[in-house]
Amino acid sequence: MNEGLIIAIIIGISIASVPLIFAAIGELIVERSGVLNLGVEGMMIVGALAGFVVEFHTGNSFLAVLAALLAGMAIASIFAFLTQILLTNHVATGLALTIFGLGIAAFVGRGYTEVRIELIAEIHIPLLSDLPIVGPLLFSYNPLVYLALFVVFLVWWFLFKTKHGLILRAIGDNHDAAHAIGHKVVRYRVMAILFGGAMAGIGGAFLSLVQVPMWGENMTAGRGWIALGLVVFSSWQPFKVILGAVIFGGITVLQLHAQGFDIRISAQYLSMLPYLATIIILVSLRMRDKNKTNRTMPNCLGRIFHSTT
Amino acid sequence: MIRLILRTQPSKAMIFLSPLLAITLTAVTAFFIFVFILTDIEVSSVFYALFVEPLIDIYYVSELLVKATPLIIIALGLSIGFRAGVWNIGAEGQYVIGGIAGSTVGLYFYDVEGFWLMPLMSLAAILGGMFYAGIAAFLRTKYQVNEILVTLMLTYVAVLFLSAMVQGPLRDPSGFNFPESRLFHDSALLPIIWQGTRVNVSLIIAIILSFVAWFGLKKHISGMQVKITGSAPRAAKFAGFDDKKTVWFSLLISGGLAGLAGLFEAAGPIGQLNPGLPQFYGFTAIIVAFLARLHPIAIIFSALLIALTYLGGENVQIYFNLPSSITNIFQGMLLFYFLACEILIKYKVVFIKTTGQRI
Amino acid sequence: MSNRRLSSILKLSLLSAIMAFTSNVFADPVKAAFVYIGPVGDMGWTYQHHDGVQYVKANMGDDVEITYVESVPEGSDAERVISKLARKNDIIFTTSFGYMNPTIKVAERFPDVKFEHATGYMRADNVSVYSARFYENRHVIGKIAGRMTKTNIVGYVASFPIPEVIRGINAAFLAARSVNPDVEFKIVWAYTWFDPGKEADAANALIAQGADILMQHTDSTAIMAIAEENGIHAFGQASDMSAFGPNAHLASIIDIWGPYYLKRIQAVKDGTWESTDTFGGAEEGMLVLSSMSNMPKDIQGQAERTFKGIVNGIINPFTGPINKQDGSPWLAEGETPPMFPDVLTMDFYVEGIDSQYPN
Repeated sequence: MNEGLIIAIIIGISIASVPLIFAAIGELIVERSGVLNLGVEGMMIVGALAGFVVEFHTGNSFLAVLAALLAGMAIASIFAFLTQILLTNHVATGLALTIFGLGIAAFVGRGYTEVRIELIAEIHIPLLSDLPIVGPLLFSYNPLVYLALFVVFLVWWFLFKTKHGLILRAIGDNHDAAHAIGHKVVRYRVMAILFGGAMAGIGGAFLSLVQVPMWGENMTAGRGWIALGLVVFSSWQPFKVILGAVIFGGITVLQLHAQGFDIRISAQYLSMLPYLATIIILVSLRMRDKNKTNRTMPNCLGRIFHSTT
Repeated sequence: MIRLILRTQPSKAMIFLSPLLAITLTAVTAFFIFVFILTDIEVSSVFYALFVEPLIDIYYVSELLVKATPLIIIALGLSIGFRAGVWNIGAEGQYVIGGIAGSTVGLYFYDVEGFWLMPLMSLAAILGGMFYAGIAAFLRTKYQVNEILVTLMLTYVAVLFLSAMVQGPLRDPSGFNFPESRLFHDSALLPIIWQGTRVNVSLIIAIILSFVAWFGLKKHISGMQVKITGSAPRAAKFAGFDDKKTVWFSLLISGGLAGLAGLFEAAGPIGQLNPGLPQFYGFTAIIVAFLARLHPIAIIFSALLIALTYLGGENVQIYFNLPSSITNIFQGMLLFYFLACEILIKYKVVFIKTTGQRI
Repeated sequence: MSNRRLSSILKLSLLSAIMAFTSNVFADPVKAAFVYIGPVGDMGWTYQHHDGVQYVKANMGDDVEITYVESVPEGSDAERVISKLARKNDIIFTTSFGYMNPTIKVAERFPDVKFEHATGYMRADNVSVYSARFYENRHVIGKIAGRMTKTNIVGYVASFPIPEVIRGINAAFLAARSVNPDVEFKIVWAYTWFDPGKEADAANALIAQGADILMQHTDSTAIMAIAEENGIHAFGQASDMSAFGPNAHLASIIDIWGPYYLKRIQAVKDGTWESTDTFGGAEEGMLVLSSMSNMPKDIQGQAERTFKGIVNGIINPFTGPINKQDGSPWLAEGETPPMFPDVLTMDFYVEGIDSQYPN
């Protein structure tokens, strides 16, 4: 096992984690506001298609990512309208969003299965990128990778260091009390949902613009659902989203490597590892957390808010 | 400006009208989409294929029942948990594990006939599903690990486990080494109740379970506990209800029923254990439960409605060579409209002039 | 009228009636239906079947009416879809192994409809099976790989451990070893036919472990794209993937179903259809090698000669002496295996492959 391989593995893990980080951090904000949006998979795939289509037609990566962001927001707005204005049930609406999103993306994307695009290039910082080991490991990623980390930091800062973040959390924990104080519950939630859609869209676009430069229906292959699980894993804390994504993405990549190294465990059981590990690691984190801090989900998660107008 | 005003009591008329309104709206939207996209297809024939044919052709009606049955069974179990705020998103995994457990019993006795076999298989399936959901219950009550994560992750594990089983211990020894089990023998297959179709005894069981759940919810104290805990856990704690017991009860019931549905699918329309067992019924059942607003009897109808969207969409694919994504778009739309129209039950739509006066 | 005259008129009338009848039997277009496991746009397995369908349309024009249904899951839905098609079609092609039991069940209920099941093994009076000796093409690309690799590591992204995939691995490995005794195969099981992200991850893992040639038995173009990105070479699967890897693409294995489909549909039209078991290969034109690129002329020449050898029946990819992975002898010098059970149910690696056989 040489260092080149280790570096390649670490880079592979990072790439595998990014879509999950984007989707999960977006959903984290949504859930912190008290909304459960199960439509992450639908929003991701729509973003993947939008990004791919725009990249194909314009060759402009920036526009492509922007398109993905907007597409995710657009489809999230359906969810926002239904759950916040028409007071529909979150769970059912989110599932409907997943189904609808997958369908729309597949339908519109039919004409794009036979084409390819150029991947978004990695950045190259003179001097830093050329450093041995540290260079490829830290300074030579695709811009979206750095964006993912930045967004996580931004979300943390927003939630815990700003007034609006505090209000958002308050709304998530007790929307009636927050409303009584005069905060605009619906407005915050709508913003949160749109943010979640935007992030899921970018996460999806990462798949079709960076990881594999192609489009195929259902190419998100369940990553939206994994992202939902990762939000729980993170105990609704932003930096733990990165931890969860890296663990999950990492074990997925490692088990592929393990097969190449001919580890003597059947491939099906190796494939189970990322899912089991996510649960087991969370349990052990809980076991070590003597103070039982931050264990429960936002109190109002999934409950419909009825304003008393 | 449009305002929503809470009705003094839910409109009974709207309970029946809102689904119809939703269907109409879906039909109208679909009409416009089809007219613009499909230039060489008669739109009316599309509608016939979507809505009418599945309802008038006897074979399709039977298939509606076949498709709806597992959805009913799983949704019943889920609805109990959802009332209590227990989010079993991974019923699909319990469905698979129950299916494996029940099938294993059936395959073990592959050369033995007897009426006792099917009940034994069913018991194994229920226990299997319960055990699998129990993992989530345990982790939630002991470590407050949210069941959304556990049940969801375990679903993937279950599907991989199924793959390992049909490729290994449960593989048909005379099956050319393909990943499928033996075809179930007669005692391990559900008896058909409607000759000439695939409708089997599980439909009757589903309906019976529906009524049992309904009575259970109305009468039993557990029902009250489950109703109260869901809407205000702290109030429930004060009232002396046990949150932990509710979590266990909800997950065990939904897991057991999902597991049973898994066996019924394997021992019914499929007739063997193979990798095609998971068909997202565990997720679709969530929709079924909520469309029925968690009411056990209404679940029968919402399951039939969802089954109709599947069959209608399939028809459209077959007759007009449209891609499978059309079904998803159409289902999503119907669900959106359905959920949106529900608001008319509790709220009245009122038009208000900007000066604040009602028009 | 004389008796002889009357008898002539009668014979002539009878003859005309018979001719009129037989020529009217299929004066209407033959109705053929296809059941696909994936979307037509998968650029892989289903894409090639659909390509075959276009071939039939081009050759038969208005004499055939084609219906196709995409993305039909292999669970209980399959039987319903096939039944629906059976009501209105004369011949139905079910293009995935998991449709086997549903096809047989429906065939029993529709004895006048013809069924063709791909990659299966169950037949009936009105059910044929067909498949192709894909491993013959694997033999050719194996030879190319053996000569093109500089690191002596070939990365293989496999889908599911079914005999068809195992055959492919074994054939490719044997061929590669025959031209390069030092070559090693690293095999990763993705447990999916189509998941571009996972296939890309697998490809990256193999590249990181030193592979400079990639082979796949999964359907998407992701692996070719990753190879292109990393400046190495790869082979496409089921359809021509050169567009996705202009510099990486060496050759693609291409399934050609058109002529077979045409033959079978024509047989229905002529009333000569019979249940058959077709396991065709290069010789029968069911496989072609795509255009080759990015390799030296002499390697290309060798590949073409190898392919010709297979077409002419001179080369059999499985020719002894070959041992199984555990060292036990399989084929003696010059011996070729019987189709059944050795080839059709292949469940072992050949000697020399380092990876553990799955399960």
